[in-house]
Amino acid sequence: MTRYMLVGNLDGGVVEKPMEEWKPEEITAHLDYYKALRKELISSGERVQAEVLAGPDLAKIVTSDGLTAPVVTDGPFQEFKEWLAGYQIVDVESEARAIEIAAKLSAVPGPGGVAIQQPIQVRQVMDQAPSNVAEMEGFLQQVGGEH
Amino acid sequence: MTPQVLGTLVRRHGDFDAAEDAVQEALLAAALHWPRDGVPQKPRGWLIQTAERRLIDQLRSEQSRRSRESLALLQEAPTQEVSDQDDTLIVLFMCCHPALTAASAIALTLRAVGGLTTAEIANAFLVDEATMAQRISRAKQRIKASGVPFRMPTREEQTARLRTVLHVLYLIFNEGYASSTGGELQRTELSDEAIRLTRMVQRMLPDDGEVAGLLALMLLIDARRPARTDPAGELIPLAEQDRTLWDRALITEGVALINRAIGNGAVGEYQLQAAIAAVHDRAPRADDTDWPQILALYGLLEQMTGNPVVTLNRAVAAAMAEGPSAGLALLDAVGERLAGHYRLDAVRAHLLEMAGDTKGALAHYRAAATRTTSLPEQRYLAAQAARLNLEATGDDASRLRR
Repeated sequence: MTRYMLVGNLDGGVVEKPMEEWKPEEITAHLDYYKALRKELISSGERVQAEVLAGPDLAKIVTSDGLTAPVVTDGPFQEFKEWLAGYQIVDVESEARAIEIAAKLSAVPGPGGVAIQQPIQVRQVMDQAPSNVAEMEGFLQQVGGEH
Repeated sequence: MTPQVLGTLVRRHGDFDAAEDAVQEALLAAALHWPRDGVPQKPRGWLIQTAERRLIDQLRSEQSRRSRESLALLQEAPTQEVSDQDDTLIVLFMCCHPALTAASAIALTLRAVGGLTTAEIANAFLVDEATMAQRISRAKQRIKASGVPFRMPTREEQTARLRTVLHVLYLIFNEGYASSTGGELQRTELSDEAIRLTRMVQRMLPDDGEVAGLLALMLLIDARRPARTDPAGELIPLAEQDRTLWDRALITEGVALINRAIGNGAVGEYQLQAAIAAVHDRAPRADDTDWPQILALYGLLEQMTGNPVVTLNRAVAAAMAEGPSAGLALLDAVGERLAGHYRLDAVRAHLLEMAGDTKGALAHYRAAATRTTSLPEQRYLAAQAARLNLEATGDDASRLRR
């Protein structure tokens, strides 16, 4: 099993219209789709964690040199569409399955029931363990210090 | 004790899922009664009886609800007594069912045979308890749906199933392998559990060469655990490990096991891997390593598996036995099949460095570091690249001064 983080930005894909202007039944269909997907991933035992983030209006940017008081400023410093909207972590058998789930996320229905085609980043989570003991032992032999 | 109780019940009644629930209830009852009334004389018998009563109640109530299915299953009392060991083995063989994915088989094995709680398993695999519970329950449903009866497999079935069992045990060992530092202790327990279960299988099938081979492999690799990571958790390559930290008792046991197994019948993959590990473990210093022998063993393993990653190891052995150019030639031959695989870059970097090509080595260490998905490997590879970068720029500076 490999963990992948599926990341979506505040990028509505092909939909320009903000959600406040959607019809109520379109919003319901949109949310029901996410709910059904969530249920599917819980029952398949693949869902590890999912979070939706509060909007960039509430975001703070923190920088620090570790010595003086940190500098805290309000955002946004980037385009609205480039802010992280939320993520989920799935633990799946293959990259193909992670892509399949990402595709479902991207195809969430928007106004008129059309898939919004939101871009979803599929990022593999780094492992602490090797994929295979023999390979790791091999690795420790291979990189072995003839220096 | 739990796997034996579970094994007995499942053998008698056939329903894995219901049997497990009943065992859980019996354990709960024991936790309530034993402190008050004292531990019964035959605790296992008590657990079996209690669990069986719950199971029959449960099956009956289901039956009256559905009012179908005959009671035949319940009335079919076992004719011959089977030992506890066999019961545990039945549960293990059942958990390593061909209908399951490796991940499900691992979780189920740890739960039913290893006696770990769902929370402990979830913890070790870094998922939450509900997710792991869901995985385990799905695995049980799958076994049920597959319709394969829960019983000791026949001899032919055993042979086929044993491969899966060994693979699952190997994967459990694997999960616990890399971590030896605090905070990840749960994972090291997985290696211990895999060794314990493999020992059990080996006791039951003492003449099977691959079972002995796998156990030997685990012991020989586990022996190096104290030397494999530094206090900060960084990997230490084999050649730089402090061999005085290796566990002598495990090495002695592993070497004895593999020597006996390899002279006995067909040679398999685990035996060859164990034999290679034994050659390394027998060398008091890295310089004493018998590389020609390792080279020959990798040659056999490569023929047997056709796995290109084995070829990478053979290339390193060839470089050590015959010089870097022999190793690099082997890499060129396997390059196509492993194109883009970071491990190929890591080996090439190492061999190029051996050959004195610092610049080439640096480029390949960098490429390997960006492509690996293992954090400890990435840290190691990035450190190698940084070290060579320093050497390379240092060289430039000295040339400029000249």
